[in-house]
Amino acid sequence: MEKFTTLSGIAAPMPLINIDTDMIIPKQFLKTIKRSGLGVNLFDEMRYDDDGNEIPDFVLNKPAYRDAQIIVAGDNFGCGSSREHAPWAIADFGIRCVISTSFADIFYNNCFKNGILPIVLPAEQVEALMKDAEKGANARIEVDLEKQEVTSSEGETYSFELDAFKKHCLLNGLDDIGLTMEKVASIDTFEAEAAQSRPWI
Amino acid sequence: MSPKTLYDKIWDAHVAHEADDGTCLLYIDRHLVHEVTSPQAFEGLRMTGRTVRAPDKTIAVPDHNVPTTPGRDDPKNMTEDSAIQVAALDTNAKEFGIHYYPVSDVRQGIVHIVGPEQGWTLPGMTVVCGDSHTATHGAFGALAHGIGTSEVEHVLATQTLIQKKSKNMKVEITGKLAPGVTAKDIVLTIIGATGTAGGTGYVIEYCGEAIRDLSMEGRMTICNMAIEGGARAGLIAPDETTFQYCKGRPHAPKGAQWEAALNWWKTLYSDDDAAWDKVLTIRAEDIAPTVTWGTSPEDVLPITASVPAADSFTGGKVGAAQRALDYMGLTAGTPLRDVEIDTVFIGSCTNGRIEDLRAAAAILKGKKIAVKRAMIVPGSGLVRAQAEEEGLADIFKEAGFEWRLAGCSMCLAMNPDQLAPGERCAATSNRNFEGRQGRGGRTHLMSPAMAAAAAVTGKLTDVRELM
Repeated sequence: MEKFTTLSGIAAPMPLINIDTDMIIPKQFLKTIKRSGLGVNLFDEMRYDDDGNEIPDFVLNKPAYRDAQIIVAGDNFGCGSSREHAPWAIADFGIRCVISTSFADIFYNNCFKNGILPIVLPAEQVEALMKDAEKGANARIEVDLEKQEVTSSEGETYSFELDAFKKHCLLNGLDDIGLTMEKVASIDTFEAEAAQSRPWI
Repeated sequence: MSPKTLYDKIWDAHVAHEADDGTCLLYIDRHLVHEVTSPQAFEGLRMTGRTVRAPDKTIAVPDHNVPTTPGRDDPKNMTEDSAIQVAALDTNAKEFGIHYYPVSDVRQGIVHIVGPEQGWTLPGMTVVCGDSHTATHGAFGALAHGIGTSEVEHVLATQTLIQKKSKNMKVEITGKLAPGVTAKDIVLTIIGATGTAGGTGYVIEYCGEAIRDLSMEGRMTICNMAIEGGARAGLIAPDETTFQYCKGRPHAPKGAQWEAALNWWKTLYSDDDAAWDKVLTIRAEDIAPTVTWGTSPEDVLPITASVPAADSFTGGKVGAAQRALDYMGLTAGTPLRDVEIDTVFIGSCTNGRIEDLRAAAAILKGKKIAVKRAMIVPGSGLVRAQAEEEGLADIFKEAGFEWRLAGCSMCLAMNPDQLAPGERCAATSNRNFEGRQGRGGRTHLMSPAMAAAAAVTGKLTDVRELM
């Protein structure tokens, strides 16, 4: 997995609440057996019309945001389906960080498995960063994972909370399965005991 | 011993390792697998030379892509990419030696219907699947939730998940439901009350008299939509209803093991003095037949209400409501009962069980549909067979419904069952998101009885008028 340390990028404002994973990547693109190549269909139904032409009003189609690496979004980003295709599409497009007041649980976890940092901030701070993002490509937002800080283009700094283990894995690009395999003795012991106490499983 | 919630008890029984910071390895008793979220996970195993740690606890069934029309075991009758995903699951199931129900097997169906039906899902278990509606299995008092594909690979390789404990939320439904009001109305009402993020960070336990009175089918409907309220998992404490449902299922314990299991299952309830981080109480008597008007499962109203105005909301919801009204083609102030329907879809992991089909048939008996298209998609081949045996299929066919084969179908429309742009659907499924049932399609969520009533009148309808 790609490491995440710091990021300085253009942020795309998406003030809509409840952006669900069906919106992020519609079902017709889930028929792949690969993880890659989904960026072109990120937000497909909001981004393209029925003939496949770009809808100019959609934020990621605007010249200022085509190279966005951050999304600043309304409440409850990533709700709905557990499809990891959503973070795959986001990462494939080049987005490495999403900032919102809240994230749906499964989506939040899926981000960390794909080198994406989801940042939760209070409503007034998300609002301030949304305004900053609306300035376009000249307003670069800085993210420092080590320090757990986001800095707006005007130098306003906000601290965010993050689980220490998730931070460690993201900073170092660690593969969860490899880490768990180091604890295989504990799993063996648990499994043997469970087979005694709950043999029907 | 300090008092515990049901969630606490199941959690504690499954921690295989706990790190100093509280990060746990949670042991997984059942891993359900379908064709859409698993190919990349199996490919990951191959690339790293890993195997499936517990193939005997891993169950696979194709459901999202499969057509619901005859001839579907011929890959030529699927789109090429769908056929590739189903073929990949066939190959992976065989190569890694996991339990498998192919399309040709009468037991095939929606993974969340097949699991309980075959007795794979039992009280006190941990159950995961690369699908958010895994929450369904919480109806058995099993800790069950959806995971992403990276986590599917993690469970395949290690039979564990890296987890931190969620908080405890209690949702109590007191009293008794009025006639015509069902489990689906309860859960839609709950989501309306909490919002789609109200359960984020919590495991919800549903309790109270109205929940206890529900059948296993009804309980599965409730827990199925826990995810729609933001909770990864919902739970209902197991009781006689649960034990009776499990007894005799193909993979349920038997003989002395059944007795041992039962002894443990009977300890699985929240202690009277257990601590809750959040509590919501709703009176069953206050719940009416309920439908959604917008594009989020929290956009619910009693069928007796009218389409709301966007400016009746506050904050970010104002813009979201206006967007939803535009998308749904609805005008504020229109009585919901005046909204005309084109299509009816009865099925999905929320409402594709035999009880759901019985409820729909009770309304449809001797009547004809007044909509362009109506389809019944049983949740499994066995549900389908039972409905035929009980004569329900004949009622559906005589009413003008299409009687389909089992699968996820138009719930998420990954197979050919889709809405056309602008088409308005009364659906028993779980999501009314933009484009969910087909690009531009408009979905109103409701109970099977309500969907059947809409089929008969051609409009959103208060089922109580047809009872």
